[in-house]
Amino acid sequence: MNRLLLNKIILILSTLSAVIGIGFLFWILATLSYKGITSIHWSTFTHDLVKGGIRNLLVGQFTMAILASALAVPVGMMAGIYLREYGHGSKLASVIRNLSDVMMSAPSIVIGVFVFALLVDPFGGYNGYAGIVALSIMMIPIIISTTDNMLALVPKELREAGIALGGSKHKIILQIVVKAAKVGITTGVLLSFARIIGETAPLLFTSANNQFFTMDLTGQFPSLTVSIYNLATYPDEASRELAWAASFILTMIVLCINLIGRYAIRNKK
Amino acid sequence: MMGGKLFRNFSFFSATLSFFLLVGIFAILFTYAQESMHEFGFDFLFNGTWEADEDDEGGIFGGFIPIIGTLLSTIIAMVIATPLAMGIAIFLTEIASEAIAKPVSIAIELLAAIPSIIYGMWGLFYFAPIVQSTVGGNGVGLLTAGIVLAIMIIPFMAAITRDSMNTTPLVLKESAYAMGATKFEVIKDVIMPYSKGGIIGSIILALGRALGETMAVAFLIGSVMSIPRNITDPTTSIPVLLANNFAEAQDLEMSSMYYLALILFVVSFFIITIAKFYFLGRKVK
Repeated sequence: MNRLLLNKIILILSTLSAVIGIGFLFWILATLSYKGITSIHWSTFTHDLVKGGIRNLLVGQFTMAILASALAVPVGMMAGIYLREYGHGSKLASVIRNLSDVMMSAPSIVIGVFVFALLVDPFGGYNGYAGIVALSIMMIPIIISTTDNMLALVPKELREAGIALGGSKHKIILQIVVKAAKVGITTGVLLSFARIIGETAPLLFTSANNQFFTMDLTGQFPSLTVSIYNLATYPDEASRELAWAASFILTMIVLCINLIGRYAIRNKK
Repeated sequence: MMGGKLFRNFSFFSATLSFFLLVGIFAILFTYAQESMHEFGFDFLFNGTWEADEDDEGGIFGGFIPIIGTLLSTIIAMVIATPLAMGIAIFLTEIASEAIAKPVSIAIELLAAIPSIIYGMWGLFYFAPIVQSTVGGNGVGLLTAGIVLAIMIIPFMAAITRDSMNTTPLVLKESAYAMGATKFEVIKDVIMPYSKGGIIGSIILALGRALGETMAVAFLIGSVMSIPRNITDPTTSIPVLLANNFAEAQDLEMSSMYYLALILFVVSFFIITIAKFYFLGRKVK
């Protein structure tokens, strides 16, 4: 009887922890939606931060995330291709794979400090390029690991068929192997994009922030996340409302990209 | 032929980039931390004073308070998160039917995708007042930061634990059930021993994440340079100190900030390495 009782208690506790986990998700989403939706006005999207809107911040955040992806995706994919197709089984590849895994979990604030020393301090001020580099440093290891794992799922026979047809190695990789892993890699890119677009710490002292609309990457660059951090600490109600509106929009963007990524991979299988 | 060689070389250089990044980060932090290292040495770790001189030229800088703040908030987070994450993983693998486990899994993973700054916002305006009214204190402080940090790392920990629990062969579980074992006994005596490495690995990885977390903690820990006497007291942590004061610091203070960043980087490097290679292993192939 005792062990049956113990069994019940543990099962109930486990179920309870799942309920608590889900509860927090709904609690956060509910308060965020309530605060966010009631704070959003039409002018939120049409005005820049200096006039109480987030237009320049959205454009700035997306610009940096997209340019960071433009840097990180080719480099990360090529590195993943090297690990799986060229160096597979070699000592070097396994060392690089491990280092890349470690980089994936490096604290984002430290990456910010590193980029500050490299691209802000020597050049005399915050600039958009530094923010882009910081974000891409966060993104590269994720792309490497996704590419590596997705290429591993491609059956050996496909590569052999390519060799039998007389294809050169890089043509086989590009036209057969990568093509076969396309969906998985795209999902990985989407998920890592969703991750870096919500990053704050690497931007704080690289691109910093800008109240005005700008596309000039040589100066301070507008950022949605950094603005949320600043606005939330101001005492006035208008700033806080704007912070809630910005948080809500950011969360919706991140969750939507996530769901699209998951949906894509499910459709394939 | 030329194209093939170029392609191969480019992919090789891309791959070596992670090595250079890692070494580069270490080298840069180490170089910029030199001034502070020479001035304070290892006593830096145990010195609780952080004061610039009047003339802004120098001062006494010790990392004790942010180091202690980082450790304490992480410990609180781990104590809360570990049992809950284990419970969720057990629920997902052993209790829930597929029809329930799937949406719950997705919900947990979405919880992990929410940016940390959102946890900070939410924590500051919704959670801190609750802590203040039930436990006391100012609302912001160690306890609030620890709890919200726990909520942040639970999904991550639960997902990895679930994955490693799922690798337990069905035959093993079925044999135990056939002997009349209860679900809990199967979990304790079959699944846990089988997936021990993965579970410990996930706990250590989550620990690394909690140590380096910046934004959620920045809203909630209070950002005060003082040693907490009480669990609800405000203090600061390494990432939070960096986030708030790094850019304005000068000379020796700046160098001390690099010193702190170096400590954080090296500690998380070792934690991640231990988790990955000792417990999680590497799935090659």
